[in-house]
Amino acid sequence: MGNFDLLMHGFSVAITPMHLMLMVAGVLMGLVVGVLPGLGAPNGVSLLIPLTFALDPTSAIILLTSMYWGALFGGSTTSILFNIPGEPSSVATTFDGYPMARNGQSTRALTLAFVSAGVGALMGILVITLLAGWASQFALRFGAPEYFAVYFLAFAAFIGMGSAAPMKTLVSLTTGLILTSVGMDSVTGSIRLTYGFSDLLGGISFLVVVIGLFGIGELLATVQEGLRFRGVSSKIDLRDVLKTLAELPKYWATTLRSGLIGIWMGITPGGPTAASFMSYGVARQASRQGAAFGSGRPEGIVAPETADHSAGTCAMLPMLALGVPSSATAAVMMGGLMIWGLTPGPMLFATKPDFVWGLIASMYVSNLLGVILVLATVPMFAALLRIPFTIIGPMIVAICFVGAYTVSGATFDLWLVLVFGLVGFLFTKLDYPLAPMILAMVLGHKAENAFHQSMLLSDGSLGIFFANPLVTGIMMVALALLILPKTLGLALSLRRNRKVVA
Amino acid sequence: MTIKTALIAGTALLAAAVPALAEWTPERPVEFIVASGAGGGTDNFARTIQAALTRNDILDQNMVVLNKGGGSGAEAFLYARQNAADPHKLIFGTNNVYLLPHVAQLAYSAEDLQPVAALALDEFLIWVKADAPWQTSMELIEAAKAEPGTIVFGGSQSKDTDETLVALIEQTTGADFKYVPFNGGGEVGVQLAGGHIAANVNNPNENIGQWQAGAIRPLCVFSPERMAESEPVSGDMGWHDIPTCAEQGLDIERYQMPRTVWLPAGTDPEVLAYYQDALTRVAETQEWQEYLAKTSQTAAVLTGDDLTAFIEENEAATVTVFEAEGWVTAAAQ
Repeated sequence: MGNFDLLMHGFSVAITPMHLMLMVAGVLMGLVVGVLPGLGAPNGVSLLIPLTFALDPTSAIILLTSMYWGALFGGSTTSILFNIPGEPSSVATTFDGYPMARNGQSTRALTLAFVSAGVGALMGILVITLLAGWASQFALRFGAPEYFAVYFLAFAAFIGMGSAAPMKTLVSLTTGLILTSVGMDSVTGSIRLTYGFSDLLGGISFLVVVIGLFGIGELLATVQEGLRFRGVSSKIDLRDVLKTLAELPKYWATTLRSGLIGIWMGITPGGPTAASFMSYGVARQASRQGAAFGSGRPEGIVAPETADHSAGTCAMLPMLALGVPSSATAAVMMGGLMIWGLTPGPMLFATKPDFVWGLIASMYVSNLLGVILVLATVPMFAALLRIPFTIIGPMIVAICFVGAYTVSGATFDLWLVLVFGLVGFLFTKLDYPLAPMILAMVLGHKAENAFHQSMLLSDGSLGIFFANPLVTGIMMVALALLILPKTLGLALSLRRNRKVVA
Repeated sequence: MTIKTALIAGTALLAAAVPALAEWTPERPVEFIVASGAGGGTDNFARTIQAALTRNDILDQNMVVLNKGGGSGAEAFLYARQNAADPHKLIFGTNNVYLLPHVAQLAYSAEDLQPVAALALDEFLIWVKADAPWQTSMELIEAAKAEPGTIVFGGSQSKDTDETLVALIEQTTGADFKYVPFNGGGEVGVQLAGGHIAANVNNPNENIGQWQAGAIRPLCVFSPERMAESEPVSGDMGWHDIPTCAEQGLDIERYQMPRTVWLPAGTDPEVLAYYQDALTRVAETQEWQEYLAKTSQTAAVLTGDDLTAFIEENEAATVTVFEAEGWVTAAAQ
C-alpha cells in the first residue's frame, strides 16, 4: 500500500522537535484567534504568513495549519459559553451548546464539543490518507449544477424539519437572502441594494451580522431579564470532563453520520460552515426527540462539531490537489503556498511528496495536540462563567465591537453590529428563528451564483439539475429531506386522528 | 557624551546620509490595500512585494496587508478616495483601477488615485481540455462560427479582463461564444479540467497545475512575442513553445494585464518618488525574479510618463470593446 509508506515517510518529516514546537505554538495562537469573534482563522493565518517567509515550506504549512486547527477548536468555546460564535463554522454549535451551558453543564458542553471535533478531524485525515488520489478526481466532477444541488441539499436538510412556525421561518430565511444579495453580483456585475452607500459595495459581512445577532442580541436579552448572567455554572472539576468522555460512545451514530457529511462537504467545496449546518439539520431529523433540539441536546453539539472539523481537514485536499480552496482559510494558505514557490495542483502530490505527506502526517499529530491542549483549558474557560455579569458584560460588548472591526477594518460595520443586535433581540423575543437567516447569509449568494451559472449553461432549462446521475442523486436526496418529514408527520397525525374517530 | 553633542552627531550623520533633496521616508507602518480577496493574483503580487521589501531592508517600517476585494476591487479604490493624500497607504491592483468606473456606477474615479508603478504584465492564453478536438485558436473559432452560442468560455468575473478578451475575440472574428463567469481563475481552471466548460482565457499561473497534470492544454498566447524560455512544464512543452495567437492568424496582437501599484491622489511628489524608487529596487531583487518565473509573467517596470502613456493606451483600447458590447454605464459616458 503506497499511501501507507508515504504516510510513514511523512511522519519522519513531521515529527521533529522543531515541528512539534511549531505545532504547539500554532495551536495555542489558533485558540486565541478562535476565541475572539471576528478575528477568525483566515485573518489569523494571513497575519502569520509574513513570519513564514523565513521557514521552509513544510514547517511553514505545519505552523499555519496548526493555527487553523486551534482556531476551529477555540471557535466553539465562546459559542457555548457566551452564545457568540468565534468562527462562522461554530454558529450551529450555539443552538444546543449555549442552552446546555446555561443549564449549568458548561464543562459537559465544552468537552463534548472538543472531543467530537477531534474525532471529526481524525476521520477527515484518515480519508485524506486513504483516498488522496481518488477524492480529488471526484471533486473535478462538480460543475455549476452540482454545486447548486449541494447548496440546495444543505438548505433542505436544515429547513425540512424546522420546529418554528413555517411563516416565521420564511420571514427569517427571506431576510437572510435579501441581506446576502447586497453588493456586487458576480455573475452579472451589477450592483444591488446599496442605495448609493459605498460602504455596502462589498456586501454585508456575515460575521458582523452574526456578532450582532448573537453577541449583542443575547446581552440585550440578559439586561432585560435583570442584569444576571444566565450561564450560571456549577462547580467544575476534572471528573466532569471524564464523565462526559465516558458518555461519548453513546453518540457513535451521530458522530459517524456527521463525520461523513463533513468529509463530503470538505471535498466537494461546500466548506465547514455549510457542513456544520447540514449536519445539525440531519441530526435533528434523525433523532426521535427532534423537538428537544435547541434546548441543550448533546447530539446538537456533537453533530455540528464533528462535521465542522472533518470538513476543515478535508478542505486541505481540494486546495492541494486542485488549487480550489473550499474555505476562506484554505484560500489564504494557498496564497502562502504560491509565495513559498509551490504550485497547487494534481502534480504537487507527485513532485513534492515531502511537503504533502509531511503536512498530512502533521495533521494527525497537531489535532491530537489540539484536543489535549484545549481539554486542559476547559476548566479555565468554564470558570469564566462565574465572573459576575457587571464585569463580563462590558467585556463581551468590547469583544463584539473589536471583533466586528477586525473583519474588514470598517467603522460602518460597528453600526451594523448595533442594528443587528436589536434585530437579534426582537427576533428572539418574538420567537423568530435566527438559524434560517444565518444559513441564507452563508449559502444564499453561492447558491444563487451556481443557479445563475447553471441557467446560463442550459439556456434556462431546469433539466440541467437532472442531467446526470450525480446531480440527480443529490437533488433527489435534497427533495426527500425537504418534503418527507412534513408529509410523514401529516400522515402520522391523520392515522392518529382516524384511530380516535374509530 | 552630553545630549547636545549626541544631537549634533546625529544631525551630522543624517546630513551625510541624506542627499541634497529633502527626501521623504515612511514614518508609520504602511498599509498595503489589496483589491482582491486573500489568495488571489493581486494578493500574491502584494505579498511578494512585502516579502521583497522586508528581506532586502528596502523599507524598514512594518507593512500591513489589508484585503478589500468587495465589488470586484472597487472597495479598495474607494478606500483610497476616502484616504486622499495619505502617504502611508499603497493600493495594489491591475487595470481594474481605471476600467471599473466605465462599467459600473461607483463613487470614485481613476483621478482619485495616483499611479506609482506597473511591475509586471500578466499574459492571457486560450486553454482547452486536453482531449478537445481543436488544435489551434482558429479551429476553435471556426467551430464557434459553425454553431453560434454553444461553445462555453468560462471566466473569472463579469465584465472583467476575461470577458473583455472573449468579447474582443468575438468582435475581431465574428465568432459567437457563450460566456459564463465563475469566481476567480482557480475555479475556472478546475471547471475546464472537469470538462464543464469548453475553454478559458486564464493567466499562466491560474492553469499551470492542471497543465502539468496533462488535464488541459494551451492553444495560443495573446502577446506580440512568444513567452520567455522555461523548463518544460507539461511533457516536453514549455511556455516558449506556445505559439502567439497572431501567429495562428487570430488578429489580436497584444492583450496583457498590468500589475499596478497606486497611491491615494494628493500626496507630495517626494512621496511618489520614494515609492517609485523602492518598487524599482524590488524589481531587481531575487524574490521578484523568482515570482515572475513562477507565475510566468512578463517583466515590465513602468513609472512616470511611460506608465501614464501605457495606461492611456490600455484604457482607450479596452473602452472601445466596452462600447461595442454596450457595457458602458450612463454615468461614465
